[in-house]
Amino acid sequence: MRGRPTPPFFIGQAMNITVKLFASFRTGRFGEKNFDYPEACRVSRVLHELDIAASEVGVLLVNGRHVTVDSNLSPGDTLAIFPLIGGG
Amino acid sequence: MAEKIYRVNMTTLKVSVEDVPKEWAALGGRGLTSTIVAKEVKPDCHPLGKYNKLVFAPGMLTGTACANSGRLSAGGKSPLTGTIKESNAGGTASQCLARLNVKAIIIEGLPQKDIFYSLHLDKNGITIAEETELVGKGNYEVITAVRKRRGDKVAVLSLGPAGEMKIPLANISVRDPEGNMRSHGRGGLGALMGSKKIKYFSIDDAGAPGVAIAEPEKFKEASRVFAKCLLDHPVTGQGLKTYGTDILVNILHEAGGLPTHNFRTGRFDGHDKISGETMHDTIVERGGKPSHGCHAGCIIQCSQVYNDKKGAYLTSGFEYETIWGFGAGCCIDDLDAIAEADHMMDDIGIDTIETAVTVGVAMEAGIIAFGDGKGMLNLIKEIGKGSHLGRLLGAGASVLGKAYGLTRVPVVKGQGIPAYDPRSVKGMGITYATSTMGADHTAGYSTATNILKVGGFVDPLKKEGQVELSRNLQIATALIDSTGLCLFVAFAVLDKPEAFNAIVDMVNAKYGSSITGDDGIGLGKSILKLERGFNIAAGFTSAHDRLPEFFEELCPPHNAVWDFTEKEIDSFWDF
Repeated sequence: MRGRPTPPFFIGQAMNITVKLFASFRTGRFGEKNFDYPEACRVSRVLHELDIAASEVGVLLVNGRHVTVDSNLSPGDTLAIFPLIGGG
Repeated sequence: MAEKIYRVNMTTLKVSVEDVPKEWAALGGRGLTSTIVAKEVKPDCHPLGKYNKLVFAPGMLTGTACANSGRLSAGGKSPLTGTIKESNAGGTASQCLARLNVKAIIIEGLPQKDIFYSLHLDKNGITIAEETELVGKGNYEVITAVRKRRGDKVAVLSLGPAGEMKIPLANISVRDPEGNMRSHGRGGLGALMGSKKIKYFSIDDAGAPGVAIAEPEKFKEASRVFAKCLLDHPVTGQGLKTYGTDILVNILHEAGGLPTHNFRTGRFDGHDKISGETMHDTIVERGGKPSHGCHAGCIIQCSQVYNDKKGAYLTSGFEYETIWGFGAGCCIDDLDAIAEADHMMDDIGIDTIETAVTVGVAMEAGIIAFGDGKGMLNLIKEIGKGSHLGRLLGAGASVLGKAYGLTRVPVVKGQGIPAYDPRSVKGMGITYATSTMGADHTAGYSTATNILKVGGFVDPLKKEGQVELSRNLQIATALIDSTGLCLFVAFAVLDKPEAFNAIVDMVNAKYGSSITGDDGIGLGKSILKLERGFNIAAGFTSAHDRLPEFFEELCPPHNAVWDFTEKEIDSFWDF
């Protein structure tokens, strides 16, 4: 699996986040997985640990709503990460 | 050689060739078909009667070396909605017409005899022949037979049994480079072609003069820039080629905008089984083609060839809207059943979106249960047979809903609402309400900016910015629909201004003109106003620019509602 090893490299409370990857982001990674992250960590940290460059990202959804790389995550959140995709 | 207008009179069975009037010279595609329909068709005529006309026109850039420029526009008064209609499709026909210097073909009048005909166009002109052998046959058989009659490379426009029966679900099919088909799907134009009793129209461009370019070097340079823009953009250069349009299932599901169970919720439990990711893996596993272009010169390659479990061809042109409609809309999480349906609908010659929405309403009515894949296939068979039930279904969701006393009927101006819930993708709701052709997703694809963050971002769950977004996209789309370009170039155009400039440069290089980008936007605006004028004369008012009442209900997971005021919706036309 790509990305850096995760826990426990932080101090403080952990929160559980569900991360979903789609399209080409699944290659060499996963479709859906649970992770522990430090409380109020940002989306950017998740991207970094998954080795996904912000420039590759198309859409970020937390609990179905659009967010940015700087958004904070809360316990139990579902983060969905999409490359730039299109259709009709 | 100068371009010409061909008039085919099905009453006299005579063809006349005319010079292109000056006011039509700079038009093509939708701009031309809508101009001709607005000028020559009585807005209050019966769509299947003698006053309606079927118009075909290639785009302003069709037949040139410009990438993705091979779309054909078909227009008339819609037998489904009663509004003006333009439908464009890929396939083999448009480039042949352009190379033969055909500016437009106007088919008028009803035949005197109750028999079918075929048309054939080549460098010598158009001939009309009586047709008996292929009457009642499905599109696949028609295309195979016409290739035998007229040569392997021949372009074909054809009707399946549905078009012969003149039902509102009927489409016009176009042969693709492989001999499978693309569709002028929406608005029932197959019924219009059926009223003219034309079973098929074959086109042979052998010996064609080709498209004249006023400034070839300038054209070459601009088309190089344009092709590079398409290749460099992640959506047009890679994403669509790998995953196709069905990639949208998962993102719409996550965003809560995937209409499920006849527009009750925005998420579908079976989404994974019908997703683009699953489809890609299935295609590769079974030896199909995950990438396919619907016309020569397409570099986006968004389409595919989908095989069955045994590795044999099952269908192609198997797209998101179809998979959404039968998958999430009808709760059938079986991609193979939906693919079989796609094949049948292509053969019978019916619009897959309209049919999906209609089957959803049939489930609402209790004719079959939600999730019943076998039942769904049987209903489609009934439409092909033309049984009483088939005819009722073939009349579309609005008529079916009325027959069963239902209110949960997702249509605008009688046309079925496509694959984006208007409550949670609010920019699409504005497009559905205001489009001159009924609920139409391509008319102003707000999803690009609401969901996909192409061309910026407008929050799909808020009202702010949606009217302006839909307006700008509808104007730009009317322009792109006139060029013969595949609408998917918009993904690159929305993010790269140099792509739009390259289109303007190519038009100028072809015609020796000096129009600007603003002129192009002006053309888009004038097309929309022209279409709206036709609709008003046909009896439409702002009361028709509305979504069904049931969209006041909350749509989970975001509990979104449709809450635009009439004034807000009507402000769309403030331009």
